[in-house]
Amino acid sequence: MADHKKNFFSGMHDGIPIALGYFAVSFTLGIACRNIGLSAFDSTLMSFTNLTSAGEFAALGIMAAGSSYWEMALSQLVINLRYMLMSCSLSQKMAPETPMYHRLLVGYGVTDEIFGISVNVPGRLDPFYVYGAVSIASPAWALGTLFGVVLGNVLPARIVVALSVALYGMFIAIIVPPARKDRLLGMLILVSMALSWLFARMPLFSGISGGMKIIILTVLISGAAAFLFPVDRGLAGETGNRDGNDGGEDHA
Amino acid sequence: MRDTLIYIAVMAVVTYLIRVLPLTLIRREVHNVTIRSFLYYIPYVTLSVMTFPAILDSTGSQISGFAGLAAAVLLAWFGASLFSVAVAACVLVFVMELFIG
Repeated sequence: MADHKKNFFSGMHDGIPIALGYFAVSFTLGIACRNIGLSAFDSTLMSFTNLTSAGEFAALGIMAAGSSYWEMALSQLVINLRYMLMSCSLSQKMAPETPMYHRLLVGYGVTDEIFGISVNVPGRLDPFYVYGAVSIASPAWALGTLFGVVLGNVLPARIVVALSVALYGMFIAIIVPPARKDRLLGMLILVSMALSWLFARMPLFSGISGGMKIIILTVLISGAAAFLFPVDRGLAGETGNRDGNDGGEDHA
Repeated sequence: MRDTLIYIAVMAVVTYLIRVLPLTLIRREVHNVTIRSFLYYIPYVTLSVMTFPAILDSTGSQISGFAGLAAAVLLAWFGASLFSVAVAACVLVFVMELFIG
């Protein structure tokens, strides 16, 4: 079981850039919480129990408007529905015999970023890798919110802005190395980004929320790619087993 | 404003269910090639879609955002680790915004 320990620390290590980015983003969330009059305790509790940026930002608007609990539930369902796709993908990345309690615990940590590093692990996903990443990312998210509420504008805006790029840098570090080895993946990434740009910039699509755009594009593009270019080599990250280094594992 | 704690509880339950249901319900390996391929492509597509163009709008100016993107792609292409790519993008954006104002 030494492997679990090693995987836990590897998850913590990969969780560091996530924690940095989370801290910056949740700091701005904390400022927004204070602006609608949410207490430091409630804000921190919300971040710790939800661990989602877009969902929480949207929730603040709903709370401020005093909308119904049903509206709150529906908004979270729509905005966070992409986690369901990620969770489906992770269900295949974990060993089929993984016990139920591990699945229940891993579920808490399915965020864009932790999902990103989890699919990058070579071979099967050990729940302990996720726990390692969550153990550093989740407190950073909750504490960032708390600091945002309490300290407000003490941290210079410049630093907060710069830190928020960390999350995107990480996404890039996950998708680029496999694309270098597989031209098809590279094309897929370019097509995804181009369509995402169209969806974001064309007035025609401006009525669709950000979370919904991610879902629509992911289903359409992944679906088309699955029909046109079926692969039978397991799930993301597993290519690393055959080709050697996969970018994400060289520092494990 | 209604009860904040109930709002938070509603959010937390809905979000957790979304995350945990597939993980607990899909316990067997899927053998259908199309579905496997679909799930294989999801991470690449979804991370691409989330990164671009959002990274351009995350910074003070589109130029620094684009510079951060370009630096991250180059470093990742040449095999830099997750951590160094993320930190390099942050530092570059920070320095550029100092000059842009």
